[in-house]
Amino acid sequence: MIEVKNLSKYYGNKLAVDNVSFTVHKGDVLGFLGPNGAGKSTTMKMITGFLVPSSGTATVGEHDIRKSPKQAKELFGYLPENGPLYEEMTVYEFLDFIAGLRLKPEEKANAIQRVSETCHIQEVIDQPIETLSKGYRQRVGMAQALIHDPNILVLDEPTDGLDPNQKHGVRNLIASMAEEKAIILSTHILEEVDAMCNRIIVIDNGKILADEKPEEFRKRHPHFGGVRLEVENSESAKKIKDILGTEKMIQKIIEEDKVLLVLPKDKKPIDALILSLIKEKNLDVRSVSSQPTALDHVFKQLTNN
Amino acid sequence: MNAIQQVFKREFFGYFRSPVAYVVMVVFVIASIGLTWFPGNFFDSDQASLAILFTFFPWIFLLLVPAVGMRLWAEEKRSGTWELLFTLPISVTEAVIAKFLAGWAFISIAILCTLTMPITISILGDPDWGPIISGYIGSILIAGAYLSVCSLASSLTKNQVVSFVIGVILCMTILLMGWGQASQLLYSIGLAREIVEGIANFSFLPHYQTMTDGLIALKDIAYFILFGGFCLLTNVLILER
Repeated sequence: MIEVKNLSKYYGNKLAVDNVSFTVHKGDVLGFLGPNGAGKSTTMKMITGFLVPSSGTATVGEHDIRKSPKQAKELFGYLPENGPLYEEMTVYEFLDFIAGLRLKPEEKANAIQRVSETCHIQEVIDQPIETLSKGYRQRVGMAQALIHDPNILVLDEPTDGLDPNQKHGVRNLIASMAEEKAIILSTHILEEVDAMCNRIIVIDNGKILADEKPEEFRKRHPHFGGVRLEVENSESAKKIKDILGTEKMIQKIIEEDKVLLVLPKDKKPIDALILSLIKEKNLDVRSVSSQPTALDHVFKQLTNN
Repeated sequence: MNAIQQVFKREFFGYFRSPVAYVVMVVFVIASIGLTWFPGNFFDSDQASLAILFTFFPWIFLLLVPAVGMRLWAEEKRSGTWELLFTLPISVTEAVIAKFLAGWAFISIAILCTLTMPITISILGDPDWGPIISGYIGSILIAGAYLSVCSLASSLTKNQVVSFVIGVILCMTILLMGWGQASQLLYSIGLAREIVEGIANFSFLPHYQTMTDGLIALKDIAYFILFGGFCLLTNVLILER
């Protein structure tokens, strides 16, 4: 639904986005990750036709954003970074304005009703936007992006500035739309990617460093698939190491203060094997748990190089 | 067309959302009628005509029009809403035209608020309606030309004050080029007649004066359309960058 082809953008002499290409299909919830200033927003601004790329282009649906921008812009809903809104208008007037540009006159009323329900803004519908809290503003921004029920959504930091409950609400909303839409969202909160996305693109210094499923991304963690064994004392630790060390499936055992971290070969699962060995050889283990592999560790590693 | 209509509606009614618009309008009406009455010696002139009012208009517009036009693009840039606007299905050209028309409509309403003057005159005397009608048409056209300059100025910055100042300076420069005294000055430094006339013709003033004299000539209308068109086209190019 979205095809990004060799997009590059220079700001003066600085290369902000460097030859970025990817495709987004229906059903994809693409998490666009990267440190601040990595080129996430610039890429989104080029896809949505706000910025003119220095080279390359993007196709939305069938339409090239540079050759037929109007047709392309009809197909997506876009929430810009920091959710800029016409502050002096009331929420209703604002949505009516957007609906006027995107829909037929007879469809407007229903659409406004629908998005004000899904985004929970009914209670502020007649308030001027300048009087709203950050959370409401962000939801009004979401509402305008959804007003024409687009098949494609481009959301630049959709949960920015929301409290935990509101974040949860937005995540649920995105999850509920995931199946029938193609969604690109940028964030620097990794737990969000875990909660919402089925695909991750990591971008840094304008370049794509990774484009894969969250599971694959997680596999980049050096301790992926590891099993933690808590032991009684160094003696039992030694015994366990001797027994597990002979197993072909196990690559490495790291010992640190009464904890053994057992790492698998080729990132294949070894939990079943270890559990059966503990039973069989009657090993003295206090607890067994899988090693948590946080996405932010992988992210840090990728973007620090 | 629908896109222009929607943005026009938003912009036009936007003026009336803020008290500034009413203040600008009231100040304009008081200033133009006040200047006509007192410094213009309207009552001593003993004429049932609006010639004096029309002489003051281009000078009052120097402040009125930049005040109306300064926010057109500067405000969108400052608040970031132009990102929203230009990712909606509307072209830059349509947005520029819609915003220009909304500002122009607002200024035209302000100008038409001075219609109390011709109404009063028609009660007191027997005015010649020809120059009054053509004068009002000229006033609306010259205000449009100013506004196209101010819209362009507004697209250059995200600061409304800077936009206002650029607008005033540009409009004043173009206006002064056609002012009698400025032409005299150019003659006195030895410029050829053709050059001085050429410079004066580029200004709003001679084209406006023909209209306040009661003559609507095609070349003057063409001047305003071409001038406004040129400024708005440049405005589009700047925004499309």
